[in-house]
Amino acid sequence: MLKIQNLHAGIEGKKILNGINLEIRPGEVHAIMGPNGSGKSTLASVLAGRKEFEVSNGTVEFLGKDLLDLSPEARAGEGLFLAFQYPIEIPGLSTTNFIKTAVNEVRKYRGQDTLDAVGFLKLMKEKMALMNMDQSLLSRPLNEGFSGGEKKRNEIFQMAMLQPKLAILDETDSGLDIDAIRIVANGVNKLATQDTAVLVVTHYQRLLDYIVPDFVHVLYKGRIVKSGPKELALELEERGYDFIKNETNVTEEV
Amino acid sequence: MATIDYLEKEFEKLQATTGGQLSAFRQDAFTAFSRLGIPSSRNEEWKYTRVGLVFNKTFQFSEDDGSRFTAADLTKLKLPGSDEANEIVFLNGRFSSTLSTLRSQGLTLLPLEEAAQGAHSEFVATHFANSSKYLKDGINAMSTAFLSGAIFLDVKKGATIDHPVYIYNISDAREFNVLSQPRSLIKVGENAQVQLVETFVTIGSQESFTNQVMEMVVERDAITEYYKIQNDVPNANQVSTTHIRQTGKSYTHAVTISLDGGMVRNNLNLVLDAPNCEAHMYGLYFQKGKTHIDNHTVVDNVQPNCLSNELYKGILTDSATGVFNGKIFVRPLAQKTNAYQSNKNVLLSDTASVNTKPQLEIYADDVKCSHGCTIGQLDEEALFYLQSRGINEKRAKSMLLHGFSSDILEKIKLTPIRAYVEGLIDQRLEFDKE
Ligand SMILES: Nc1ncnc2c1ncn2[C@@H]1O[C@H](COP(=O)(O)OP(=O)(O)O)[C@@H](O)[C@H]1O
Ligand SMILES: [Mg+2]
Repeated sequence: MLKIQNLHAGIEGKKILNGINLEIRPGEVHAIMGPNGSGKSTLASVLAGRKEFEVSNGTVEFLGKDLLDLSPEARAGEGLFLAFQYPIEIPGLSTTNFIKTAVNEVRKYRGQDTLDAVGFLKLMKEKMALMNMDQSLLSRPLNEGFSGGEKKRNEIFQMAMLQPKLAILDETDSGLDIDAIRIVANGVNKLATQDTAVLVVTHYQRLLDYIVPDFVHVLYKGRIVKSGPKELALELEERGYDFIKNETNVTEEV
Repeated sequence: MATIDYLEKEFEKLQATTGGQLSAFRQDAFTAFSRLGIPSSRNEEWKYTRVGLVFNKTFQFSEDDGSRFTAADLTKLKLPGSDEANEIVFLNGRFSSTLSTLRSQGLTLLPLEEAAQGAHSEFVATHFANSSKYLKDGINAMSTAFLSGAIFLDVKKGATIDHPVYIYNISDAREFNVLSQPRSLIKVGENAQVQLVETFVTIGSQESFTNQVMEMVVERDAITEYYKIQNDVPNANQVSTTHIRQTGKSYTHAVTISLDGGMVRNNLNLVLDAPNCEAHMYGLYFQKGKTHIDNHTVVDNVQPNCLSNELYKGILTDSATGVFNGKIFVRPLAQKTNAYQSNKNVLLSDTASVNTKPQLEIYADDVKCSHGCTIGQLDEEALFYLQSRGINEKRAKSMLLHGFSSDILEKIKLTPIRAYVEGLIDQRLEFDKE
């Protein structure tokens, strides 16, 4: 589904990603962990198409297409979704209008009929219940004055509305209490089928108790320095990232 | 400047044919006009608005006996809700009684010359030309010097005017460059309530220069809403002055919407001349092409315990230019003043520009004043956020700009006018509503 090969990227001449290789197949859940500043969010942004980041080398294939050649909106249409680490507040834009526009734009891209008010409301009600979202939140301007947890939940709500093929969650668990983590995980697991995949970026292994990964990768200084089964997450939690840092030379050829 | 020579001759003719109470005002103003001339960019208040360039062309006053611009022509120009409104029409700067319609009992409309002689003479003598104390330039003097066809509107004490008052300033530039100077003096009596909507329309392909002055007095417990809607053609230039003096504890709510036009300069003055006055001033300018918009505002806190709140927002694209100048005076008596001001601008092209300047002069010590201004591009992060949800760049931009404008549009309490302005903004944003 997603095949990243030798991806190098940076911003304003600063190199951040230094040769990422990663393949995700349908039905898989991957987790990326790693210390702050190692490039996790940059990888997520590059995949979603943020143009401030320059890709200097490498290729990314998504469902048979050259992902790097597509606009951010086309990527969403193709089925890529990024839950932002820091969702943006947009005063004056109602959350409902925003989501309705997004849903219908994506449906148009996918050659589906757009939803009318009734159809949209029905879908929204269903996903709101799934995410335990309050109606009042959705009539407010997008993310404005939302608490940290509300913003994260709103991201997963948007994901549920847009029905992506690949969902990338960038530290969606940070700032969430355990109940909220369960709700978020439940939303993600509802999406996960044998045709879809999830890439979870996280700092802590606790989210991975609920969204169980098939593979765990450690990103450090812009490279994946270690990959392993889900137990790797536990090991990282116990031993911290220092052991990875010390092992880096050993894993250079991974 | 050919126009100046023309004006000198016109003044002699005008003074010879019209006498009356207001001739002394005219004479004084003409003396001031001759001394001051048309402001150059050396005048600090006109630094970025080169009104002199407009006056390099020849403009003339235009008289219409009703045969050229007709009621049928007017129908085509009306704003939504007009059929329910009191309609006051200025044609080429002169009040037209045939084109105007009053629907509310609580209004008295008189030629200013007449008001200056009858029961309102003292009011006129006290309040007419008050704006010249704040606008000491040749443009303001020119309005008074060539006073003709001005009106006095009395919103009677205690009257709640349930039909809004629409004021049309029409310039007929089909034959030559026309100089129009609509002039009004308005009294909003004690405990009265009124909603005023003012708009500007130029027809024809020659240029217009509209030098409009409205002076308004808001008395105790009165509530006034004032909407200025500017969406004229590129060959239309204007200096539009609204001078509001609150003489008793009262409430004013002013919204200025500026879209198309040539060179547009607005002066909005609020003189808070009684304790406990409240004034809200909002503005939205959305300019494209080569339009120029200048909003000069003054809040003069003369008496204590007043509140003023000002928010102007601008979007400029292409080669449009903008100016915002916000003065706040707090006089020595005006303790416990609360005065807030904010101006926010988004530039959508490299060739658009805006100059923004707050000017606070505070002579009292127990006051709360704040001001702030921003000039920036559209937020890239926000744009990316919307795009990442499948919304194309153009649509995402328009959604963000709509969001940016929305808190000003919400301040238009008159539903048909708000819908009308929203429609214009959406059109400009190429917003395809589903
Ligand atoms: N917009 C940016 N401009 C400049 N540097 C950036 C920008 N975004 C990220 N970086 C830098 O890139 C590195 C990786 O950041 P990031 O991808 O956010 O890491 P992580 O998500 O793993 O914490 C950091 O050194 C960060 O300072
Ligand atoms: Mg990050």
